[in-house]
Amino acid sequence: MVAVFAITAIADPNFLSAYNMQNTVKWSSLYGVMSIGVAFVIITGGIDLSIGSVVGLVAVVLSFFTKIQGLDPILAIGLTLLMSVVIGLVHGLLITKAKLQPFVVTLCGLLIYRSLSRWLTDNQSLGPVPLEGDLGFENLERILTLDFIFSGQIAIGSFFKLPTPAIFLLVLALAAAVFLRKTIWGRYLYALGNNEEGARYSGIDTDRMKIIAYVLCSFFAGIAGILFAFELGSVQPAQTGEFYELFAIAAAVLGGCSLRGGEGSILGVIIAAAVIRIIFNSINMVGISTHLEFGILGLVILLGVIGDEILKKKMAERQVAASERLAAELSEKSKNNQALE
Amino acid sequence: MSDAQGLLLEVRELKKSFPGVLALKGVSLTLGKGEVISLIGENGAGKSTLMKILAGVQPSDSGDYFIDGKQVDFKNVREAMDLGIALIHQELNLASNLDLASNIFLGREPGKKGFIHEEKLHAEATRHLKRVGLDLPSDTIAGSLPIGKQQLVEIAKALSCDARVLIMDEPTSSLSQKETETLFEVVKGLRDEGISVIYISHRLGEVKELSDRVTVFRDGENAGDLAKDEINHDNMVRLMVGRELSEFYDRDIHQAGDCVLKAVDLVSPAYPEIPVSIEVRAGEIVGIAGLVGAGRTELLQTIFGVTPSLGGKLEIQGESFSPSSPADGVHAGLALAPEDRKQHGLVLPMTVRENSSLPSLERDQKMGFLDHAKEKVIADEAVEQMKIKTPSIEQAARFLSGGNQQKIVLGKWLAMKPKLLMLDEPTRGIDIGAKREIYKLMEKLAGKGIAILFVSSEMEEVLGMADRVYVMHEGKISGELQPNQMSEESIMQLATGGSLAA
Repeated sequence: MVAVFAITAIADPNFLSAYNMQNTVKWSSLYGVMSIGVAFVIITGGIDLSIGSVVGLVAVVLSFFTKIQGLDPILAIGLTLLMSVVIGLVHGLLITKAKLQPFVVTLCGLLIYRSLSRWLTDNQSLGPVPLEGDLGFENLERILTLDFIFSGQIAIGSFFKLPTPAIFLLVLALAAAVFLRKTIWGRYLYALGNNEEGARYSGIDTDRMKIIAYVLCSFFAGIAGILFAFELGSVQPAQTGEFYELFAIAAAVLGGCSLRGGEGSILGVIIAAAVIRIIFNSINMVGISTHLEFGILGLVILLGVIGDEILKKKMAERQVAASERLAAELSEKSKNNQALE
Repeated sequence: MSDAQGLLLEVRELKKSFPGVLALKGVSLTLGKGEVISLIGENGAGKSTLMKILAGVQPSDSGDYFIDGKQVDFKNVREAMDLGIALIHQELNLASNLDLASNIFLGREPGKKGFIHEEKLHAEATRHLKRVGLDLPSDTIAGSLPIGKQQLVEIAKALSCDARVLIMDEPTSSLSQKETETLFEVVKGLRDEGISVIYISHRLGEVKELSDRVTVFRDGENAGDLAKDEINHDNMVRLMVGRELSEFYDRDIHQAGDCVLKAVDLVSPAYPEIPVSIEVRAGEIVGIAGLVGAGRTELLQTIFGVTPSLGGKLEIQGESFSPSSPADGVHAGLALAPEDRKQHGLVLPMTVRENSSLPSLERDQKMGFLDHAKEKVIADEAVEQMKIKTPSIEQAARFLSGGNQQKIVLGKWLAMKPKLLMLDEPTRGIDIGAKREIYKLMEKLAGKGIAILFVSSEMEEVLGMADRVYVMHEGKISGELQPNQMSEESIMQLATGGSLAA
């Protein structure tokens, strides 16, 4: 990441401008939140393709509640987050009890939630925050405060204004990292991702843990949805959130989560999310055609993953050597013992 | 030189080293035509290394090979097979979704321009299957056969390549007594045809029955050979270990305590019509014998909660118990060391420490948080008590030998202080030294009042370790043997569906 950062900075000094940095931080945070959520699921060896549509649906429903229904925005936020939790629960149950494949379940989710978004609003775009010329917004003050919370900026020093989503990212990332590394449930997730049967035979309730992973994933997507909604101001039911899941999954994979399960770290995921944003940014700044954006992204992820595999192989070789050295030592020792007898 | 003539295969001064370890220090081996020799030795003695070199899987560092008296060299599996050397793996290599004929001729299908000549494929396959005594249609799907028959198919495959030397690595570890006998018949038949076999096994009883000669390795060197009349348990162990091993199974007479497990008319999903009743008391070591497929593993799995029962009663220390998952079993004080150690017993990519502590995490948690200190204590204790050989507790479990992996499984359960420890084939594929340690451990645990229920296909092991034996046959308990009734004959009788003589 440092390398990409440096190269871009050198290539175009504008990169380092406060505005650009703020932008990068903001977008990294928004996508980062999604990436953390999907990391939980990937660590268990599953996948969630629906998170982009969940983001879209959440943004739409939130706007629907605040603008059209006129609900108290805090209630609206609560309800939409609840909805995302329920979505995750449904995914989890279908995958564990009905034994359906995660790919299939979440792919269908992707399609279903997207169409729900469109149906609910008759494919009209709307937003939770009043735009120019919008009349009839109830609870206006509340909304504006929330707008600040979710998409405002906090000044740090005289040059940099930290986008508030970054704070969300930090808090969530910290919580997620602690959950994964320091709690028993995190250990269970890694174990079940590595070997589900082995984990089950050791007494772990693998079904429950998997459901938790999917609930967390959708919940985080829900939070991201709310952040995106306030950030974008206007949500297009057909498009908002489209392809976001690819970014999130790419960040997770680049950040070290093997799609086979059992591996991954939150720090890696966040750094990867940031790298991806920076790359996009630098592509623009350096003047490479935007058509190549996705292509370059794909290349970077591929290289990153290859590098990861090579590293792992080296580590494995070291461990094997250690085992063999030990075996040699022990056989030497037993020979010496025999000689003494 | 002329003394190499008449020998089918000779290997001289074979050396092989890996980073940090000298696996073979200059070993020699001879094999005559139509001879069955066994290669025995403790784990790490170099048997698998030699085997892999002979099969062409790995190259040696130095050494000479002679086939039919002529010096040869081969660099890969293909060349080894062209010379007539075939390896039958311990872990079977059949494609379970393909049929037998396809498996036998995989990669060498008769036909032209990419199209397979079906008739010829099946005719040839049937011919080779008959050679190993399998009278099955060659379009049978490989995965539908029991392991014993799958193994015979592998042999048929090797024979179809005109193998003259078959190397068999622990072929009977997944076989029942009956399947083992079938295998022996096949091996003897092949020997009479002039095909030679190098038989690698830890089961000394089988080695004695099958071999014309025994070659012993120890620490990467030749430790001696035994001619047919010299082959007996003591001689073999002496050469393998380098010293006398007294009393392999060290059993004290136990006073059994209260009933820990009581199953009445328990029905496993695998055998829905058959109720099973057994009992295990504290401090008892109860064995379950029987042929493969008798339903022993299924019974343990039902008791533990992996496959919840369809009916009947289970009681743990008098309290009713109906597990719907292994988690329930663990909470009730049960522990299971499963038959498939790698898939079910451990999470291989995780470290020794993580594996040892896995079931204990719930108990030792601090409001959901891991107790790292306690984890380390559990892992260190496991390594010490079980004498696990590992460079550190942070070593990934998959780099440890089979014996050490099994010790991790046992160590992990002991940390839970179970009331009943169930072991499914606890010493399969484990070398003599580790086996002995596991037996000592079982003894120690029984002494502490833990009830032990173990399934084993090794007659010696069952007779040596069990206080009492249940024998299963096709899903039901065909009999219970008290100490004075326990013998190979009585077990075999019950295992094959017969009944005890009055």
